[in-house]
Amino acid sequence: MTTTTAPRGLTRRQLLSRATAAGAFVCGAGFVAGRDAAWATEMTAMTPESFATLVQMARDIYPHDRIPDANYVTAVKGYDTPEEADATEAGIAALDRRATDLKGSRYLDIGWERDRAEVLRSMADDAFFEKIRAGLVTGLYNQKAVWPIFGYEGESYSQGGYIDRGFDDIAWL
Amino acid sequence: MPAPFDLSDDSVVVIIGTGAGGGVLANELAQKGIGVVALEAGGRYLPEDYVNDEWESFGQLAWLDPRTTSGDWRVAKDFSGLPAWIVKAVGGTTTHWAGASLRFQPHEWKAATTYGALEGANLLDWPIDDKELAPWYARAEEKMKVTRTGGRAGLPGSNNYKVFETGAKALGYEEVHTGRMAINSDWYDDRPPCQQTGFCFQGCKWGAKWSTAYTDIPAGEATGNLEVREKAHVLRIEHGPDGKANGVVYAAEDGTEHKQMARIVCVAGNSIESPRLLLNSASSIYPEGMANSSGQVGRNYMRHLTGSVYGIFDKPVKMWRGTTMAGVVQDEARHDPSRGFVGGFELETLSLGLPFMAAFLDPGAWGREFTTALDSYENMAGMWIVGEDMPQESNRVTLSDTKDQFGMPVANVHYSDHQNDRAMRDYAYKVGMAMYDAVGATRTLPTPPYPSTHNLGTNRMSANPQDGVVNKWGQTHDIANLFVSDGSQFTTGAAENPTLTIVALAIRQADHIAGAMSKNEV
Ligand SMILES: Cc1cc2nc3c(=O)[nH]c(=O)nc-3n(C[C@H](O)[C@H](O)[C@H](O)COP(=O)(O)OP(=O)(O)OC[C@H]3O[C@@H](n4cnc5c(N)ncnc54)[C@H](O)[C@@H]3O)c2cc1C
Ligand code: SF4
Repeated sequence: MTTTTAPRGLTRRQLLSRATAAGAFVCGAGFVAGRDAAWATEMTAMTPESFATLVQMARDIYPHDRIPDANYVTAVKGYDTPEEADATEAGIAALDRRATDLKGSRYLDIGWERDRAEVLRSMADDAFFEKIRAGLVTGLYNQKAVWPIFGYEGESYSQGGYIDRGFDDIAWL
Repeated sequence: MPAPFDLSDDSVVVIIGTGAGGGVLANELAQKGIGVVALEAGGRYLPEDYVNDEWESFGQLAWLDPRTTSGDWRVAKDFSGLPAWIVKAVGGTTTHWAGASLRFQPHEWKAATTYGALEGANLLDWPIDDKELAPWYARAEEKMKVTRTGGRAGLPGSNNYKVFETGAKALGYEEVHTGRMAINSDWYDDRPPCQQTGFCFQGCKWGAKWSTAYTDIPAGEATGNLEVREKAHVLRIEHGPDGKANGVVYAAEDGTEHKQMARIVCVAGNSIESPRLLLNSASSIYPEGMANSSGQVGRNYMRHLTGSVYGIFDKPVKMWRGTTMAGVVQDEARHDPSRGFVGGFELETLSLGLPFMAAFLDPGAWGREFTTALDSYENMAGMWIVGEDMPQESNRVTLSDTKDQFGMPVANVHYSDHQNDRAMRDYAYKVGMAMYDAVGATRTLPTPPYPSTHNLGTNRMSANPQDGVVNKWGQTHDIANLFVSDGSQFTTGAAENPTLTIVALAIRQADHIAGAMSKNEV
């Protein structure tokens, strides 16, 4: 997804729903979707607004412009459970309060990543931030679906290793 | 054919742990006709079971029972419950290891004499030397089919190695090659040559890399003299009124406790678990733990100073293709105090897969600085620094307040860098970065040490019983029939990866134990 790069006036999106700067659409009760409709997820326990904020937070912690939203959603979907939801909602509420203190709007409405990152940095020692960050290390990077984006090929045993498939094919040295 | 020994059979040698030290000792004794019961906390996994997926493999093989940490090392902050990366499985950490197999340099057996007194360092000479170990090294190399020894060829160079070699040669280094590796470069012992699959750290699915899990252990079992009891977690060693060890108490998989009687007990649980076990075996005769009259059990914990350097280039490297450790620069391994530190270090290529790279590149880091580095994962080359760290009395394994699933206190691992360690690491970072710069790196990343893979020194060998825990045979100074058979015997760490030396010492110890048994000395 792309971050909005211009200050936004009242847009059509805001009229249609409570849109977000970062692009996740809160489609209605219990449902969040990506702006490009490439992903959509039904909410189990969290509010759609909070979940959309969490997805944006995940992207801002580990921003990879070539990773689509769907993988960030997968990475944090585990917080949308009856066991995790209360603590996560509380964390997101604190994030929005901090965003309002520092930047004058709730987290999702901050347009620039660098401003959102500033909000996150101010909370970097909080247990909530650390929990989300630490969870992403495996939640995001251990998704096999993102590996090709980094060029990583995963296991090779089933193809006989790289002995005949380029373990020494470097040509630019 | 595994030999079933009775719990009450007090003629057997009991070995605790089946890794590099324990697995080799078990086979060597069994080959000599000695009855051995090897107790292993982990389960048995063979090449067909290994998973070429970093986290899944970690879950399958790693020691995940609780441990605690303290000290100023960054691992205590970033991985407070994971001081070390050690395997809990038949074969121990030889399932995970990369296979780099280098001999100590002669002067490294005599660190105290060579380096002189260093404030804060508890340096000591080993009670053995290069000449004494040479024949045992040769036998270890033959057993493990180490490349570039015994007339065996080296492995071919991978992409990661070629970048590394080009940088090293540009800086004028001369001792640069694809390593001496316990990885087959041809068919040996019915095991195939390396297929360059990567994932050496996850267990070699081809069996090309030496691991006791599928070499020494089945060979020992085939004699009919070795019984390996897996998922048998030893809780303590016991002794009779004479103070001699008489057996060990272990928890079986179902949680029931059993006592296996023994003529001799050999501890080979790795340098964290072995001292823990001795400390947990305290009794009225041995209030400070077994074999601990010197107070040295658990002290002088070493982990090699380590660190990594990753270089990012404007073109692909694909470092994950091929052997994980695919080459070495040895020029800096010498002792040359003009560099600002004593001892030396090896540089070895290293590659992590994307999931581990994300976890270990800069633990705790986030944001664009971090993610842009990962974005260039395909264009990265990597190397690891292995240098001699200083033994310090205060770096030690002690019993923690935390208890494990059996109610036994777990190990706390305390480590702080010595000034010499910091000076060497800083120097090594500069050298490593310069190597990649010389090949045109657009960015270099001096990466902090990972949880310890080389764990050494917590039951060290000493000529004088006051200075250490075991004598030159690995026999404890205090208790004649209690031996230490793993990396915890190391008096000092040297610059080289430790396993070849652990294996050489285990082969030598087997000879000694067999001799002592036949002469009825133990
Ligand atoms: C990723 C990685 C890469 C490495 N690469 C290299 C390399 O290239 N070269 C090199 O030289 N070294 C390397 N090493 C280090 C090497 O693996 C170790 O030095 C070596 O295996 C240590 O041998 P050990 O006998 O001391 O212990 P281990 O091999 O760790 O064996 C100890 C065994 O004891 C068992 N155990 C512990 N406590 C108990 C108990 N209470 N009851 C029953 N069983 C118990 C454990 O489950 C384990 O199986 C690497 C290590 C790792 C993790
Ligand atoms: S690269 Fe070679 S040694 Fe390593 S796991 Fe693959 S076949 Fe085994």
